Amino acid sequence: MSKTVKLTPPLTDADVLALEIGDRVLVSGVIYTARDAAHKRLVDLLAAGKELPVDFKGQILYYVGPSPARPGRVIGAAGPTTSYRMDSYTPTMLQLGLKAMIGKGKRSPEVIAALQQYKAVYLGATGGAGALISQCIKKAEVVAFPELGPEAVHRLEVENLPTIVINDCQGRDLYELGIKEYRRTAETGDEAVACR
Amino acid sequence: MRQVNVQEITKAVKEAAITANFDLGADLLAALQRGEQEEESPSGREVFRQLLENARIASQERIPMCQDCGLVVVFVELGQEVQITGGDFEQAIQEGVRQGYGEGFLRKSLCHPLTRANTGDNTPAVIHTEIVPGDRLKITVVPKGGGSENMSRVFMLKPAEGVAGVIDRVVTTVRDAGPNPCPPIIVGVGIGGTFERAALLAKKALLREVGSPNPDPELAALEDKMFQAVNDLGIGPQGLGGRITALAVHVVMQPCHIASLPVAVNIQCHASRHKEAVL
Ligand code: SF4
Repeated sequence: MSKTVKLTPPLTDADVLALEIGDRVLVSGVIYTARDAAHKRLVDLLAAGKELPVDFKGQILYYVGPSPARPGRVIGAAGPTTSYRMDSYTPTMLQLGLKAMIGKGKRSPEVIAALQQYKAVYLGATGGAGALISQCIKKAEVVAFPELGPEAVHRLEVENLPTIVINDCQGRDLYELGIKEYRRTAETGDEAVACR
Repeated sequence: MRQVNVQEITKAVKEAAITANFDLGADLLAALQRGEQEEESPSGREVFRQLLENARIASQERIPMCQDCGLVVVFVELGQEVQITGGDFEQAIQEGVRQGYGEGFLRKSLCHPLTRANTGDNTPAVIHTEIVPGDRLKITVVPKGGGSENMSRVFMLKPAEGVAGVIDRVVTTVRDAGPNPCPPIIVGVGIGGTFERAALLAKKALLREVGSPNPDPELAALEDKMFQAVNDLGIGPQGLGGRITALAVHVVMQPCHIASLPVAVNIQCHASRHKEAVL
């Protein structure tokens, strides 16, 4: 039975080990943003033996490129972007102690395995709910790579950002198990596809 | 000849780009409301609830419904009795996009394909112009998200594959896309024409009002079959599992070469944004 959990980073191994696919997680506190361009910069810095602008140990990374804030507002729309573009960088980020990522869409088998190895989780936020999610963001500032514009690394202070556990530390995938429950294999369904 | 000044065109494009990003169409709102009632999966219903709330906040707070404010596709139907005055027609459209994305605080999501340097103002828009009878100028502004566009496909089938082949490619495209294009989705299918025409038909198919029947009974029946097959996949809202993967499947068809059967599948996320202006 799925449960609802409130989490505030820094997260411990015990925090993430307690999570199972389908659990609702309300995230509060400080989280960081990065899309593919920022990931590339981070991994390049590491490869060059340089220090990173953020210590990711125990932290949560949100894959988002917000729209510009109107004057007087904290941020614009800020829903998740598709996560697979970050897959090749993710094992490196997990090695640094990152404990959770928030995005949308499927992760690679390598990422799912790395989540087990390093004890971390992948959380899904509702794709296209950018206006709704912006209401959960109380503060936003750029902490690295300002030249990347919406792709810069932001530090966000959030309150009850709604997510759901897609991949847990046990290698399970809600996208696979959830779909199985509702799939109908009629003559137009999977069989027709399989015989192609 | 009826004259239309380019400044009117710029203004119309600007306003359509802004409102398209803030105000979801009534047809989509109705489809989301139906979804919230009919979806069997509890997480699916929660997604519909969030999307309705999202649409309400976007419209009230004048904030984009999605941070991906899209690449702007502009469909123009230019009456052959209209004369454009005061400047360059296409530049007027680009200027409208530039102003809309600046003044509306919309995200600029266009870049050089290889260096990835952002163009800075969300131009150039992709413009499709058709010359039609009459003296009106109809402009439809369609901000298209990258996530769903990336999951779209064009297939050149063997004619022998027929209807079954077409349905199979539609189902395969939606299945492979899974959660990535932010389901619930609208599936635009273009059948026939040429390689590039099929893709254009598929995109045009997305503009039809969601929930409206296809006027051609043969295509309406085909849409029903595809709709059933796609929703049997069980992907559901956000790919969490559920009955409603697609809100609609829309098909547009035209004759093709005797040797070909082009099929294009354009996936549109629930943030289906398009606004029209008639000048
Ligand atoms: S696919 Fe659509 S709803 Fe999802 S992030 Fe892209 S534009 Fe937004």
